[in-house]
Amino acid sequence: MSNVAPLLQVKNLRVEFPTRRGTLVALDDVSFDISPGEVLGVVGESGAGKSMTGAAIIGLLEPPGRIAKGEILLGGRRIDNLRYEEMRRIRGKEIGAIFQDPLTTLNPLYTVGRQLAETMTTHLPIGPGEARKRAIEWLEMVGIPAAAQRIDSYPHEFSGGMRQRVVIALALCAEPKLIVADEPTTALDVSIQAQVIALLKRLAREKGTAMMLVTHDMGVIAETADRVAVMYAGRVAEIGPVREVVKHANHPYSAGLMASIPPLDRRVERLAQIDGAMPRLSAIPKGCAYNPRCPQVFDKCRTYRPDLINAGTTQAACWLYDTEAPRG
Amino acid sequence: MADPVPMLEARDLARHFDVSRPFLQRLLAREERRTLRAVDGISFSIPKGTTLSLVGESGCGKSTVARLSVGLYGPTAGSVHFDGRDLAEARSLADQRRRMQMIFQDPYASLNPRWRVKNIIAEPIRAFGLVTTKGEEENRVAELLTQVGLSPLDGEKFPHEFSGGQRQRISIARALSSNPEFLVCDEPTSALDVSVQAQILNLMKELQQRLGLTYLFISHNLAVVRQISDRIGVMYLGRLAELAPAESLFRRPRHPYTRALMEAIPDLDMTGRERIPVGGEVPSPITPPSGCAFHPRCPLANERCKRERPEMKAAGDAMVACHAVEEGRDDAMPMPAIARDAA
Repeated sequence: MSNVAPLLQVKNLRVEFPTRRGTLVALDDVSFDISPGEVLGVVGESGAGKSMTGAAIIGLLEPPGRIAKGEILLGGRRIDNLRYEEMRRIRGKEIGAIFQDPLTTLNPLYTVGRQLAETMTTHLPIGPGEARKRAIEWLEMVGIPAAAQRIDSYPHEFSGGMRQRVVIALALCAEPKLIVADEPTTALDVSIQAQVIALLKRLAREKGTAMMLVTHDMGVIAETADRVAVMYAGRVAEIGPVREVVKHANHPYSAGLMASIPPLDRRVERLAQIDGAMPRLSAIPKGCAYNPRCPQVFDKCRTYRPDLINAGTTQAACWLYDTEAPRG
Repeated sequence: MADPVPMLEARDLARHFDVSRPFLQRLLAREERRTLRAVDGISFSIPKGTTLSLVGESGCGKSTVARLSVGLYGPTAGSVHFDGRDLAEARSLADQRRRMQMIFQDPYASLNPRWRVKNIIAEPIRAFGLVTTKGEEENRVAELLTQVGLSPLDGEKFPHEFSGGQRQRISIARALSSNPEFLVCDEPTSALDVSVQAQILNLMKELQQRLGLTYLFISHNLAVVRQISDRIGVMYLGRLAELAPAESLFRRPRHPYTRALMEAIPDLDMTGRERIPVGGEVPSPITPPSGCAFHPRCPLANERCKRERPEMKAAGDAMVACHAVEEGRDDAMPMPAIARDAA
């Protein structure tokens, strides 16, 4: 890839949920890197494990979920085995998080100015006066009109789009190196969505912040991400540069997923569809998890699970690109 | 058009909701009554066998129109006619009521979790007394399940045993069980993943062709709407901004809001391309702006737009409510990229 040392490294991550009926594997052998200033899009259908990956990185897996295997490194330092207090210091300072619903991120009892200032005084070596000044600057930067007056407003006094801007300011104000954004625009209307995406992109570029952008909206990814990881049933099916994955996907699942998106620029008589549905965690098929739905399935797929292998322009977990062993 | 009587016709349809605080609080705070004008005077008709889609952002009133169209709400003003008959009158007759059905957005909330699928589907059949024997009912349920791409054996299962897409298929089977001619679909695919959305859209198109159904399709997704509609209405704050044949809307969007909306949508071809966001936000329908409701966000707005509310006027094969279009000032706003690319 690039010669810059990656900021975030996820290596062979496995997340398990112990249940009464046995252990469910929510993420299995997930590996990827994000370089400084890079936006990695993570896409997939609900239940594919995209949000789970984000939650594992920021150390907020819902119990009883736990990291059973693998490592997460931020700037070369392991962060998956830290104690709660240590991780809490890293969240906010080094990793900022943006979630789908701004109302769950903001504290309804504090003014937005106080929340911003508190985040900054906790993580940065500045006093309350300076923090307030910077809070106003941040609100201006994310496009809140009359920021100096709005700083003493409560979250409920803002509209949905404005609230999500406040959340972005909150995630960025301690100047983290990495942002994990989980469906940051899904709750917003398209016209507001465009504003928020443009803002995120600009800020990430200006500050050199790396971003992991989790969404099911391929349009948002196409526009924002540098590279994309396509997830299926808890694993990375394909990862590569955004243009390649969107336009010339190598994995049959990513290709099917891209083809099933209704095109905006023309009418088609029949949309390409992937028959069936993603398997439940309790019933992931043997071999490649996609094999029952795959139009290009062959014997090997039903027995052996493919790892990510070089597929030319991207890396795909698919036996079609295995050059060493003959097919079948 | 073969049949001159449209399946559904709405004339100056309005629905207002009283959102005032309770009487005593209002009295103490000396507040006026507050009215939310969810739908504020819209007219459209849907010829038989065609699909009209209504698109718009949240709060534009599209779901309220859906509910008004099947009589789940009564209109505050204006009228809805179903196949030439006043909707309220049609709703009072079982043989008319049977002809309209609705499909909802969330297939997790719209199916009773304690009922077996076969009973969920058979309920309308029983309610309307469409079959006389148990055997006929079973055959009909099996036929409906097959029609939506499920197995007749699935009738024995409960809703929780199905995925979101399969549940939406069950909702469709249930809606079809009374042999309706008119289906109101309120965001039927927005809770589904894209690959499943494609399945459901294909199914709905097939069913329309096979059964000659008429659809009122509500969605916020312009790309979805393009695939399924004959005509499209773009709503903004309780009013129609533009109503046009589907392809002409995409080739030549006329209303500034339609253009802005199209420009704002991220598309797969957008890699690396900057899109131009519409500035501002959707205003509150409780205190809508004066004149044209879109004027605070519109690049073409002038004094007249602030003062006078535009009415729907013909522009080519479209109907547009915009002073700028009427006066020919709309060339000042560029066409969105997708319309430019098509031209």
